[in-house]
Amino acid sequence: MRHSARIAVGPVQFRIGSDWREPVAALERLYAGYPGDDARPADATVRLFAARPWRRWLRPSVHIGGDFIVPDALPLPLSMGLLAAEMGMNLQVALGWRRHMLLHASAVARDGRALIMSGESGSGKSTLAALLGESDWRLMGDEFTLIDPAGGDALAFPRAVSLKNEAIAVVAARVDAARLGPLLAGTPKGDIRHLVPRADAIAAMHEPVRPALLLFPRFGGAVSVERMGEGEAFVRLTEASTNYVALGEAGFGALTRLVRGTPAFGISYPDSATGIALVEQLWAETPR
Amino acid sequence: MSAVRTFVDLLVGRRDPAALAPRDWDGVIGVARSEAMLATLAHQLAEADLPPTAAALFADQRAAAAVAQRQALWEAEMARRALAPAGIEFVLLKGVAYAAMGMACSEGRQIGDLDILVLATDIRRAENALLNAGWEWVKSDPYDDLYYREHMHELPPLIHSGRDRMIDVHHTILPRTHRITPDALALVSDAVTSRDGHAVLNPADMACHCAAHMLADGDLRGGLRNLWDFHTMTRDFAAADPGFWGRLDARAALHGLREAAHRAARLSRDVYGAVLPEGWDWQDPSDIWFVRRLFARDDWGRVTRPVLEQAFYIRSHWLRMPPAMLARHLWTKWRKRQSEASSGTSSS
Repeated sequence: MRHSARIAVGPVQFRIGSDWREPVAALERLYAGYPGDDARPADATVRLFAARPWRRWLRPSVHIGGDFIVPDALPLPLSMGLLAAEMGMNLQVALGWRRHMLLHASAVARDGRALIMSGESGSGKSTLAALLGESDWRLMGDEFTLIDPAGGDALAFPRAVSLKNEAIAVVAARVDAARLGPLLAGTPKGDIRHLVPRADAIAAMHEPVRPALLLFPRFGGAVSVERMGEGEAFVRLTEASTNYVALGEAGFGALTRLVRGTPAFGISYPDSATGIALVEQLWAETPR
Repeated sequence: MSAVRTFVDLLVGRRDPAALAPRDWDGVIGVARSEAMLATLAHQLAEADLPPTAAALFADQRAAAAVAQRQALWEAEMARRALAPAGIEFVLLKGVAYAAMGMACSEGRQIGDLDILVLATDIRRAENALLNAGWEWVKSDPYDDLYYREHMHELPPLIHSGRDRMIDVHHTILPRTHRITPDALALVSDAVTSRDGHAVLNPADMACHCAAHMLADGDLRGGLRNLWDFHTMTRDFAAADPGFWGRLDARAALHGLREAAHRAARLSRDVYGAVLPEGWDWQDPSDIWFVRRLFARDDWGRVTRPVLEQAFYIRSHWLRMPPAMLARHLWTKWRKRQSEASSGTSSS
């Protein structure tokens, strides 16, 4: 393809090809601080392309393709090329990665132990992880957390955090503007702005950590904390995993061990500050 | 050299993987994924000297394929438990049959739906037994449903509500409307049994079906995988039975599939370097178009040669149904798309 970039996030090496320079340039800016090995073969391929040659220039619209394709995915305008690239990368990992069990969850780590947060879009798991990642936690990722089926450790997938809507202002107020990507306004997912994780989080992205606490956050409403049983946590995580079924017995083993060995809570919180305080309190109460 | 040619050379051992430049692997892995053959390649290169990250990716693929194969064979067992009480015997087809027989092509082979063949006289009872055992219809569209029942060689696809797996119940191996009518009764009555007691087509019929599926029914999408199946199965059948090629010729003639079987053999030779016996090892000038179609993939895994792709698509429909019926079918499909587009519902 005309333009391409190579990016390694956690254990996955991507190559992203594009019919336009802009999305690749935006990716290269966002991922400039990530370690790169030019000689490493790509595990996954993403393609950003125009459905017809003239659509490169005339009302340019970006189709998302690659090793795996969602047949009826709608294209995005070129101004949202960065979001298209992000969606393409997520898709390849969600459908193609088999080394680890993939949880659709954010995670942060402290003292070699991981706090994993799983929830629907809008639950605040990304915002909480981003905010914790600006304090004395290591951000592991806002989208996927990888569980090693052999040892049960959690591994990071620290792509650029996708901040949405109100969360943009909350986080932007606390970080150096150089770590923020361009504002993508009015996307199908609302306003989006990317946050580059701290350099120490990127440098430590290959270090495995033990899962210590599982949270299922829910943004909005009064403060509540409910202990969650192993069974419910198990079922929720099978729903949050994109490759649980494909991993077969290894996936069952990994998930069983995770919910048996890790205390789980459902939490509700009205605002980010309360959410952070709640998380810190539960973490302090978690037995070591 | 293009990635797709490098991929094919690696598959058959014509090229030393250690001699590849690190970046060459990008295209090879991309093409292999696009052809749904990455785990197949991973098996062929299991002992090879590879870049460490590629070796790790290939190990993932082999492990994942082993799980997928177990799941596919379990699905076959589920079908047996649903159909056996009704006294319906069935023959496993395609990927799951290769896995049941432990054939070379099953190593790392992706298996999609469960494909089974029953006698045409059993098809209604088979459908009922499956519906009673938890399978459901996928297509709710009345035209598609009727189309399957009137003209196809299989029931409309059924999906199991609990396991989310599809089953295709065939009563023959080519659409009813196809110019060629294989002898479905002979396919079922001459089937053989796997170690686990599943019926599968006998070797010659299996190769006939593989060739029919690739060359008489399809538009050569995923053709490299189907051709790999054909190449490795005929190679191994011939090694076990010196009379195999003769038997294949006779059986293909019975089913009306001689042209397809011979072309599949020649393509195996031209693409994968198969060694063919006398009577098979000749040249047909039109083979070149098939080879070009099979190799029509760029280093990013995209299909190239759109005109050729379209030509093979039209060819597949041309073979499948008489012209007047084809026109009516395309007209109905087109009108349906128009009305769905105007009413805003998603097309199927």
